[in-house]
Amino acid sequence: MIFVFAIFLLSLLVITSIAIVRTTNLFVAVMLTSIFSFLMAANFFILDAADVALTEAAVGAGVTTVIFLCALALTGEREKPRINGRKTARVAVAILASLMIYATFDKPRLGDPDAPVHQHIAPWYIEKTTEHMDFPNVVTAILSSFRGYDTLGEVFVVFAACIGVLFILGVPPPAQKRLNKVVEQNKGLRHHLIPQVVGRLVIPFIVLFGLYTQFHGEYGPGGGFQAGAIIATGIILYALLEGENKALQAVPRSVLLGMVIGGALLFGSVGVICMFMGGNFLEYSVLSADPIWGQQLGILVIEAGVGMAVCGALLSIFHAFAARENVS
Amino acid sequence: MDLIAHLPALQVVIPMLSAPLMVLLQPRGLAWAGATVVALVSFAMAATLAIGVLNGLTPQYFMGGWPAPFGIALSVDAFSAVLLLIVTGASAGALLAAKPSVDQQVEEERQPLFYAAWMLAMAGLIGIVVAADAFNIFVFMEISSLASYILIAGGPDRRALPAVFKYLTMGTIGATFYLIGVGLIYMMTGTLNIEDMQNRIGDVTDINPILVAAGFITIGLALKAAVFPLHVWVPNAYTHAPHMVTVFLAACATKVSLYVLIKFDYLVFQSRLVDHDMQFALFLMPMAILGILIASAVAMFEGHLKRLLASSSIAQIGYILLCASFISTLGLSASVVHLFNHALAKGGLFLAVACLAYHYRDLRLDQLGGASTKMPWTCATVVICGLSLIGIPGTAGFISKWLLISASLQIGPWGWFLVAIILLSSLMAVAYVWRIIEALYFKAPVEGVGPQSEAPIQLLAVTMLVAALNLYFGFFPQVPLELATEAAGMLLEGAQ
Amino acid sequence: MKLLELLGYFNYWVFAIVLMVGLYAVISKANLIKKLIGLSIFQSAVFLMYITMDKVEGGTAPIIQKGVENQIFSNPLPQVLILTAIVVGVSTLALGLAMVVRIKESYGTIEENEILDAD
Repeated sequence: MIFVFAIFLLSLLVITSIAIVRTTNLFVAVMLTSIFSFLMAANFFILDAADVALTEAAVGAGVTTVIFLCALALTGEREKPRINGRKTARVAVAILASLMIYATFDKPRLGDPDAPVHQHIAPWYIEKTTEHMDFPNVVTAILSSFRGYDTLGEVFVVFAACIGVLFILGVPPPAQKRLNKVVEQNKGLRHHLIPQVVGRLVIPFIVLFGLYTQFHGEYGPGGGFQAGAIIATGIILYALLEGENKALQAVPRSVLLGMVIGGALLFGSVGVICMFMGGNFLEYSVLSADPIWGQQLGILVIEAGVGMAVCGALLSIFHAFAARENVS
Repeated sequence: MDLIAHLPALQVVIPMLSAPLMVLLQPRGLAWAGATVVALVSFAMAATLAIGVLNGLTPQYFMGGWPAPFGIALSVDAFSAVLLLIVTGASAGALLAAKPSVDQQVEEERQPLFYAAWMLAMAGLIGIVVAADAFNIFVFMEISSLASYILIAGGPDRRALPAVFKYLTMGTIGATFYLIGVGLIYMMTGTLNIEDMQNRIGDVTDINPILVAAGFITIGLALKAAVFPLHVWVPNAYTHAPHMVTVFLAACATKVSLYVLIKFDYLVFQSRLVDHDMQFALFLMPMAILGILIASAVAMFEGHLKRLLASSSIAQIGYILLCASFISTLGLSASVVHLFNHALAKGGLFLAVACLAYHYRDLRLDQLGGASTKMPWTCATVVICGLSLIGIPGTAGFISKWLLISASLQIGPWGWFLVAIILLSSLMAVAYVWRIIEALYFKAPVEGVGPQSEAPIQLLAVTMLVAALNLYFGFFPQVPLELATEAAGMLLEGAQ
Repeated sequence: MKLLELLGYFNYWVFAIVLMVGLYAVISKANLIKKLIGLSIFQSAVFLMYITMDKVEGGTAPIIQKGVENQIFSNPLPQVLILTAIVVGVSTLALGLAMVVRIKESYGTIEENEILDAD
């Protein structure tokens, strides 16, 4: 039964992607992209990737859509038609696609337990997680310890995006547009009753769920990234309902930037402390006399750093776009 | 704690962790000072590592203390030592000179973010060079790419923005292609560690996915390395970036992608794929030759100084690829030496451009007339670095051209054809370098534009230092040659 | 051919098709936002490829339950890699959109051909 469902979802995925490319209304395209992400997340869930599904739903369908909409509000939602150059692109793309489909016939079949992917290093992780960390979620163990250096890199990718958006949008917008629209800014949806009430009810639960994901990451699906993204969406929702200024009063820009810098430095300094205590960079076992507790402590701290940095970065990016909307 | 043992990690971690601190250094000039100190420290670390490699060490480092195929390993060999010297040297040199030029081009309140991005770009490039893990390379590639998009977008001209956007789309496609390739290899071998891949790829029976992976990785990295004909993002991005960013990125950014390309092809694919050396050579050689000829020709007719130099960079990447496609010790050494020497020559030229740009707003060649009378030192460095770019004896460029010609002659009758092409393209280089010199020395100044004095001493001193290095390495090429020969030996051994 | 086998191929086919749909949008569309949407579809397709290979027949999500013997787990490693890749994707996107906003402000359009004409 699940297979029929999977095939159904995958077909929908293809249809949605084609629809996204075909539509000339960018607003529609962005909404379809959000649906595309949800379908993707459902697929990931069927393929046993609970952590990834959660992230894709929070980041792909949630945050990405909001940032897209912010940008659309500043640029306009109509795409102009264009005729030339499409045929060659179509032919090139079709050839590439058929080549890739041809190449799939040698791939190991789906779910084959003897496939090389499942033989070499994957069993080691599952075995060692219990031995070294003694908590159930293997994904969290790999993410924050076995391949913690990748995750550090990833935090710095987010940091780069954050300072990049602040840098690029740090130039004052052209002056001629500033005159109009001063009156309507920053009202949010306060005059709409239903979103107001529902939002009030939902936001605390979103934030609570985010915190749960943060601190429960070692036991179930979740961790810093997901938590950061979920909490950020909660606050973005607040900003949409109450107006951006109120959200900024609750969490000012400097605090957000501080969260990004602090989170990234927190992660990095855990690594450096490990060096000073005689281990390699990010070798959490040396943090405590009991290596298992050391690992757990290190993972707890760096996950907090990741959560802070991601949440701060996503919100800074959102505010950078939203602030521009108000002046232009 | 034993600092030396931690060097490979510190080399990445110090610039990376300094980036958030840069944002906090708000007062005027402090961010620049901090960034320069960090870059100099990184250069010192790279030099220490290079000396270690010359003494026969190959430092390895296990992140988190987890053993190699399971955790992420870092390793430094002769090849990566050369690249480390280029990246940290280019960054330190550019930053030392940067202050006057950056103050002119980037608003003061945005400067802390600018230098933070610079640190990230440097950390990302270093991270790629020392990584021994295919996926880790992807992560650091993204850090360095995002940071360089930011740096280029700092250009004062609005045309910088579409240029970066193009770079962003092409760069992301390149990185994603690389990710697909790594995924396919991982699917067939079950590992992400490059050395482990090398050992396990021989046991793979179904060869098609590996072939597809080789295609994706080669094309993806060629996009990032601006190999002809995938170079279209380069001229605009280099032209409209802030001048100091051009110095830094032109000296090392594309070269790091080239490094990954060569390393992957030699170490992972060539050892196991039957006839892959032939495929590699036959695929890359025509692209390299076409790139050399066409880009040099474009440079000969280009009217804008920075764009001319950017076109010449594409031709130089062609040389590096051409040498690498011979699959011989001499060819690979030539390739690695040319990576080093071209960074020196082009870095020096772009530094001189920054000096000129301090006084000239418009860098088209016909606007630069008479510069030699007011800025004699700057123009002298242009001449020296230009000669090095052509490959005149006595300059660093000559060493790599000489190696390149010897390596071509080694491959038999075809070699003469290649030598002819190299000579032809060198003549073209003479032509375009002459056009610059002609503009600086022999054209009459345009009314109303033109400098009253030399460039600021800080900028000029570094430019002259780099020009001097071009001469020094022309007479004493031992260190780069030794590292390059060792790197070539290591790559070929891996390919057996 | 077992049903799972067919589904396995189907996953890869969908990966190939969606990847190419995304690439097509990036190459052939002139609107910069549409290009970025294409880019994010393009990247999502790769996520699908990685996650497809992590599946083990009869396996569950890699969360160890105490006291249960002989559990089969799907491979955790591709999941970790894709968690990283998703965040990288959204970061690139945010940066790209910031540029689009600035391009709109300084050129008044976000159609590539009109930008080329303007300079």
